[in-house]
Amino acid sequence: MTVDRDNDLEGQIAEWRAYMQRRRELQHTDAEELEDHLRSRITELSESGLRNDEAFLIAVKRMGSLDELSREFAREHSERLWKQLVLPGEPDAPTAARSRRELLVMVLCAAVAALAIKVPGLFGLDLSGDDAGFYARNASLFALPALAAYFAWQRRVGVRVIGVLASLFVLGALAANAYPLADDSQSIVLTAIHLPLALWLVVGVAYVGGDWRSDRRRMDFIRFTGEWLIYFALLGLGGGVLMAFTANTFGAIGLDAEGFIQSWLLPCGAVAAVIVSAWLVEAKQSVIENMAPVLTRVFTPLFAATLLAFLAAVIWTNNGIDVERDVLILFDLLLVIVLGLLLYAISARDLAARPGLFDRLQLALVVSALIIDVMVLVAITGRITEWGFSPNKTAALGENVILLANLTWSAWLFLGFLRGRMPFARLEHWQTRYVIVYAIWAWAVVLAFPLVFDFA
Amino acid sequence: MHITKDLVAASATPLVLGILAEGESYGYAILKQVNELSGGQLEWTDGLLYPLLHRLERLGHVESAWETPPGGRRRKYYRITDQGRAELAEQRRQWATVVDALRGIWSTTNSIKPIMAPAWEAGR
Repeated sequence: MTVDRDNDLEGQIAEWRAYMQRRRELQHTDAEELEDHLRSRITELSESGLRNDEAFLIAVKRMGSLDELSREFAREHSERLWKQLVLPGEPDAPTAARSRRELLVMVLCAAVAALAIKVPGLFGLDLSGDDAGFYARNASLFALPALAAYFAWQRRVGVRVIGVLASLFVLGALAANAYPLADDSQSIVLTAIHLPLALWLVVGVAYVGGDWRSDRRRMDFIRFTGEWLIYFALLGLGGGVLMAFTANTFGAIGLDAEGFIQSWLLPCGAVAAVIVSAWLVEAKQSVIENMAPVLTRVFTPLFAATLLAFLAAVIWTNNGIDVERDVLILFDLLLVIVLGLLLYAISARDLAARPGLFDRLQLALVVSALIIDVMVLVAITGRITEWGFSPNKTAALGENVILLANLTWSAWLFLGFLRGRMPFARLEHWQTRYVIVYAIWAWAVVLAFPLVFDFA
Repeated sequence: MHITKDLVAASATPLVLGILAEGESYGYAILKQVNELSGGQLEWTDGLLYPLLHRLERLGHVESAWETPPGGRRRKYYRITDQGRAELAEQRRQWATVVDALRGIWSTTNSIKPIMAPAWEAGR
């Protein structure tokens, strides 16, 4: 009987402790200290003749309301409301050991990537000189294999997946280097742009631990990509400041650091930043609010307003779009931005939530982007025969069509959702499925375009 | 008798420092001692002692250490520092002044008019 009661009490105390630890104002040691207090109080009350459960109730009551308690703790430890970055504070040994190990492997991967970009230098390929073309088309091959390796290690993927990853990277390396592409050809520029995209999706396979068929995991990778971009941009800003200071402080004592910056600091830092950003996203996943959805919230209304104003201006002034050669690229980028805004709104959305004002705005954004893009396409088709199908034109047009198809169907699904005919999950499903189209396209540009266009 | 929140809050620091000046102690024991010293009149919400202790620690008036007695639970002990003793002396001076002033006022008001419960409370 007493054993039963003791177990009961332990259970209750454990529950109380778990409840305390959910408050981020209260750290592990605080909860431990309070628990010690609670136990002392219970012991005293039991000794005075109360039953265990009664003693527990009174002790908890005397501890004070949790809200009040956390408020006082927050007032004393306001820094805890700011989630602390870089090193996790939890003292439980297994978690700490694991995050230390992850940190170590991350540093190792970053170092490998940073050294890898210096290896071609040993064979006489100069980073800043004539071999810039080599570095441009191979840039992603220095950082992304290390990143994939990090995820492969962290997700403990099987040998089969590692084999697939390795062969895809080898394929990418072959495509970038085996074709006889001239440094000033269009194809080499296309490869330099599309190979990173293709390999990024390969990294995605490692990111999802080989489980690339799962829609949920693909969505995770999309979320990861958005956060990664933000961290990468932030690290880039910091790196810029570092370089400026390096150049100017050494300049002040009459030493020229430009060479060091250009051949070491910038390239090694950039590839290492790829890995560090990824690690930051992973380590901070549960700690910080995701930024990409926040930015999406801010910019969706602004972009929607801009596009609607643009449409209104086109109608009002009756000005056609001036179809220059680069206009397709501009509108490709516009579609990419609209797609990004859509994706990151989806990624953070509660799938069960009912349609709201923001969803209508989102639909307005997508539809106005579509209308503008159709106008551009109509204006451009007449002239495409005139230009002929160069690699650049074909790639730009193909991307436009791919994005247009995605957004058209998204708009349709969105409309169905707003009218209450379709669940929101359909839209998410469509987007995660569509990732495969991007992969096929990017690989096609890298592998097939040089052949189709005769290495132009 | 119910002692108001403000008064409890104001007296908390000198009480805790005073108790720790007699030797190191831990939260629950400090609370018990406060209870005994006030004859059970000074009621603290148990949990709120800890943010106070943490504040005193941050200010450098006390220092803490986790200790595990053989066969017992890990427990956080607090010890007063020299700076804490100085603070305690300062607080004593301030409180002495306040108490003196109050004593002065009580004796004058007492001689004029004895304390009586206001009429609206007498009926309760």
